[in-house]
Amino acid sequence: MDLNVVAQLNSFLAAFVLLTAFGMLVQRRMYGLVHLFAWQGLFLSINTAMVGFVAGKHHLYISSLLTLSLKVFLLPYILHVLIQRLKVHKEVEIVENVPMTMLMGIALVIFSYYLMSPVTQLSTLVTRSTLAVALATVMIGLLMMITRKHAVTQIIGFLAMENGLFFAATSATYGMPLVVELGVALDILIAAFIFGIFFFHIHTTFDSLDVDQMARLKEED
Amino acid sequence: MILSPINIISSSVLLLLLFVLVVPLLKSRQRLLINTSFMLSSLASLLGIIGGVWAVGGGITNKLILPIGLPDLPFHLRVDPLAGFFITVICLLSFFVSLYSIGYIKGYLGRRPVTSLVIFYCLFLAGMVMVVLADDALFFLISWEVMAAASYFLVMFEDERIENRRAAFLYIIVAHVGAIAILLSFGIMAGLATGFESFNGYTFDAMRQAEFPLKWATAAFLLAFFGFAAKAGVIPLHVWLPEAHPVAPSNVSALMSGVMLKTAIYGIVRVTFDLIGVFPWWWGAIVLIFGLISAVMGVLYALMQNDLKKLLAYSSVENIGIILIGIGLSMIFKPFNIPLLSALALIAGLYHAMNHAMFKGLLFMGAGSVLHATNERNMEEMGGLIHRMPWTAALFLIGCVSISALPPFNGFVSEWLTFQAFLLSPAMPSPFFKLLIPLGAALVALTGALAAACFVRAFGVTFLGHWRGAHMPRVHEADWFMRSGMILAALSCLLLGILPTFFIDWMDIIAQQLVGTKIGASSGVYGWLWLTPVARESASYSGMIVFLGILLVVVAVYFILHVKPGGIRRVPIWDCGFGKLDQRMQYSATSFSMPIRRIFGFLFNIREQVKLNPRGVHKAFPKRLNYYLRVRDRFWNWLFKPVIEFSFWVSRKVGLLQQGRIQAYLIYSFITIIVLLALSR
Amino acid sequence: MKLYRFIIEFLQIAILLGVAPAFTGWVRMLKCWSQGRTSAGIFQPYRDLLKLFSKDVLLADNASWIFRFTPYLVFGTAVLAGGVIPMLSLDLPIASTADVIVLVALFAIARFFTALAGMDIGTAFGGMGSSREMTIASLAEPAMLMAIFTVSLASKSTSLSQMVHVIYSGQIVLRPSIAFSLFAFVLIALAETGRIPVDNPATHLELTMIHEAMILEYSGRHLALIEWAGMMKLFLFVMLGVAAFAPWGIAESGDLVTISAAFIFMILKLVIVGIVLVMIETGLAKMRIFRLTEFLGSAFLLATLGMLSYFILE
Repeated sequence: MDLNVVAQLNSFLAAFVLLTAFGMLVQRRMYGLVHLFAWQGLFLSINTAMVGFVAGKHHLYISSLLTLSLKVFLLPYILHVLIQRLKVHKEVEIVENVPMTMLMGIALVIFSYYLMSPVTQLSTLVTRSTLAVALATVMIGLLMMITRKHAVTQIIGFLAMENGLFFAATSATYGMPLVVELGVALDILIAAFIFGIFFFHIHTTFDSLDVDQMARLKEED
Repeated sequence: MILSPINIISSSVLLLLLFVLVVPLLKSRQRLLINTSFMLSSLASLLGIIGGVWAVGGGITNKLILPIGLPDLPFHLRVDPLAGFFITVICLLSFFVSLYSIGYIKGYLGRRPVTSLVIFYCLFLAGMVMVVLADDALFFLISWEVMAAASYFLVMFEDERIENRRAAFLYIIVAHVGAIAILLSFGIMAGLATGFESFNGYTFDAMRQAEFPLKWATAAFLLAFFGFAAKAGVIPLHVWLPEAHPVAPSNVSALMSGVMLKTAIYGIVRVTFDLIGVFPWWWGAIVLIFGLISAVMGVLYALMQNDLKKLLAYSSVENIGIILIGIGLSMIFKPFNIPLLSALALIAGLYHAMNHAMFKGLLFMGAGSVLHATNERNMEEMGGLIHRMPWTAALFLIGCVSISALPPFNGFVSEWLTFQAFLLSPAMPSPFFKLLIPLGAALVALTGALAAACFVRAFGVTFLGHWRGAHMPRVHEADWFMRSGMILAALSCLLLGILPTFFIDWMDIIAQQLVGTKIGASSGVYGWLWLTPVARESASYSGMIVFLGILLVVVAVYFILHVKPGGIRRVPIWDCGFGKLDQRMQYSATSFSMPIRRIFGFLFNIREQVKLNPRGVHKAFPKRLNYYLRVRDRFWNWLFKPVIEFSFWVSRKVGLLQQGRIQAYLIYSFITIIVLLALSR
Repeated sequence: MKLYRFIIEFLQIAILLGVAPAFTGWVRMLKCWSQGRTSAGIFQPYRDLLKLFSKDVLLADNASWIFRFTPYLVFGTAVLAGGVIPMLSLDLPIASTADVIVLVALFAIARFFTALAGMDIGTAFGGMGSSREMTIASLAEPAMLMAIFTVSLASKSTSLSQMVHVIYSGQIVLRPSIAFSLFAFVLIALAETGRIPVDNPATHLELTMIHEAMILEYSGRHLALIEWAGMMKLFLFVMLGVAAFAPWGIAESGDLVTISAAFIFMILKLVIVGIVLVMIETGLAKMRIFRLTEFLGSAFLLATLGMLSYFILE
């Protein structure tokens, strides 16, 4: 494949990853969020496979497959089940001031570009320009965790952050060693399970998944 | 040479000043006084226009040293193209306004003497021209004070109302705080130019030649920017402006909003581009950011006003913001050595300064006619005036279209140039700017669209629909003097809009002198027809063709549809079968701005209350409903209130010293002397 | 040669006047089909216009000259815009009258006067329509500008013919920035032309109408002109989008064969855009007016992301 075409496809996928990140930032419906998350995973996995092909690093195929199975099918499935069991699938989360959140997201993108421009200039990889997008995805995931109140959105925000990190690793150094990636994948899976168990507990304790309720846990004098 | 731009302009100033001495003689003959004085001031303005146009067109720089002033510190006067441009703008509007005033001020006949108004009007005009003429710090500040003091008395003209006194007081305080900052700024520059022992640094020439270290230059710039921004009504220093401008007589409001604010713009350009000359990019960024804030906030506040003149005053804040955006962009581009872009942005800013003078002058004159006819400033009480005042309505509409940046009128040209400057900013070397500056363009677009909403509201509520007040007063159309002033201003709005290439070619010399290159707005055959600021391929606009094209289609369609005569029947308004519609059912100014108030509500300090009367009835079927709305400037509480409270606190503490007994004061003096002696031993 | 260019120009305006109602008819027809109704055929808008033109004008007692002048002005701006946007040929004599920014402003003039006309009679509906229309416009404008900005970055020009030239010369390949701004443009075009989910062109229900509320008092030839101009506006926004994002087919030189080919391409594109438009409109519900900030906010976000990705990724 022509390197130029690869670079373009890579930018396209990066753009879509960013778009899905923004989509998650303002999406109100639970299922919509999960679907967006699955799409993001799909773009990531295609991107990883493509980078693996160009760089001739075959272990990236494995991590691409891993991403595909884990982030496109397994985790969304778990979240689906979780949402159904917790009976929150009809809940519409109130997102305060959507345009403002969007503007903050844009500011984060600009900021990460500002941070990453020296790194980008040093790098020679085909994928170097997507580094800023990867960082922005991490930050937007964090922003999502800050602005949202619902526990399920929190975990999706967390997973989106991890997606960003993974993307950063692929575009900055053509991926981490396979062992590390396997470990991270396992961590995520376990984290998802633990989250799930926690949610059930939160739900039974507070009758709600609004994390603001946890403010009641503080000491009162 | 006797006949030179500077001589013509100074003779016009002299004419005004000498006339002030004659005014008291005419005190008993008020009608004659009005006729002669405003005729004379329009004559003086004409002289100023001639001098200014000549100075810019010929690229002439003249100097004059007057042997008056303090001993050994003569007054220096200078006209260069930049000064000539601003003198043209000032005199052009004061010419229109002077004509208008002949009719307008006659409204005061029999109600109150206008002698003081005439005196301060002439002083005010002279002061504005002198500010621009000045070529040393001393004369500049004296002129600045003349201008400020004269306008203070004009704001105070109808001093029986408490709001006028309060507004004038606020105005004079802010003006003086600003003047102190400007004084300090000149002090720094003068001191660095020749050292603090010598007095020769006070001329602008000395400052021009000096090279300032960055630290001191920055201090001087920040002080000057603060001072001029306070005068120009840049947010957050704007609160005096919407108080003071509306309460002055309307002809004075037109001048204050139209051209007095421009002297502050002149000051900023003069100090940065000319006196300091070399500066880092972030000065421009400061100007740009304040410009953007003023533009967006100014128009949003304007949208919330129900007082027609207050609305116009807030809209001046917005337009000052747009001018500063152009100048700020120019200041950003200049240090990066992109002279063409810098020139483009500078011309955009200056062109908008001229445009704003024309349409804001026109709008204030129109508001004055409405005030003159109805004695009403509250839009909620007006409506349907287009039937009684067709001339004023049509001319006011031209002002509204111009200020809303719609082609083919002049507001669009400067906004379009600003956009072009924004769109070319990716030529900058730093990637960070490439990302950030275009977002500013989005804010300018937001401002333009909100301005259109604001002036649809202003015109629609004032002139269209039915009279909203309880009973309609006898409304009469403005007389021919007032009309002629407005017609001339409207014509210049149109001309500046459809023939921008002539004007930009005329003022291109300013860009040449300040940033080192011309923009060459036109190119090719029939070049005057197309405005092509950078290259013909990259962007072009022809106001003339837009104007003629629309006119042609409108006329053609009209005649095609009227080949067969008749076919119009006048009928009552369709009321959906509910019975009589009355004027209270119309959309009012408050309801018009409701969606915007709700969307941008977080920027205001809003208190909204709905009360049902009587309380017992079910909510869905109210008998009477009281709606209370108060929208306030947040900046008053954030910035001004703390300062005011602090100064009151300090005054109260200082007031404790006041004992009323002579011995106590003697003790104060005694202690002071002893402390001083001990310290200076 | 010079005369020939003007003939093409007039041909283009004639096509605008002639085809615009058919496009509206096509959209309405598709909509009927998609909702299981019988359609009135693609030529129904012509019949409507004809009927309106032959009727008397009923003018409210207190209508001023603004009310009577507005239909002509709105029509005039639409015709002028049609003379500038390249539909058939790039080589238009008055194309350099207006770049994209001026085109947006031309539509803004029409909107300004329509809003005034809405307030002229002094009914609650008119004022409500004007107020909403101006609010939506002020939110759409920044997004529109960012979309234009992104597209013009690649060609370093805001002139439409120049943009098309650059696309033809193959300098623009598959770019995320263009995709984003296309998406943003679609959202803004829906808002500007008053389609679902922003405004419902078919409704006369007082609470939801925006554009209809302003022109409620019009009748006869005035209404005909406004309706016709509205159809032209929809058509022109399609053409604007086509010229900026998918110009293939527009003739670079003005010989007769390429012009006719361009015409066929244009019809094809219109057919496709009509289908897409109906799919969007049937798939979405009309939004509550205060949800529109989010809708237009997303348009702004997309346009800005387009611009950012131009700098970051390309």
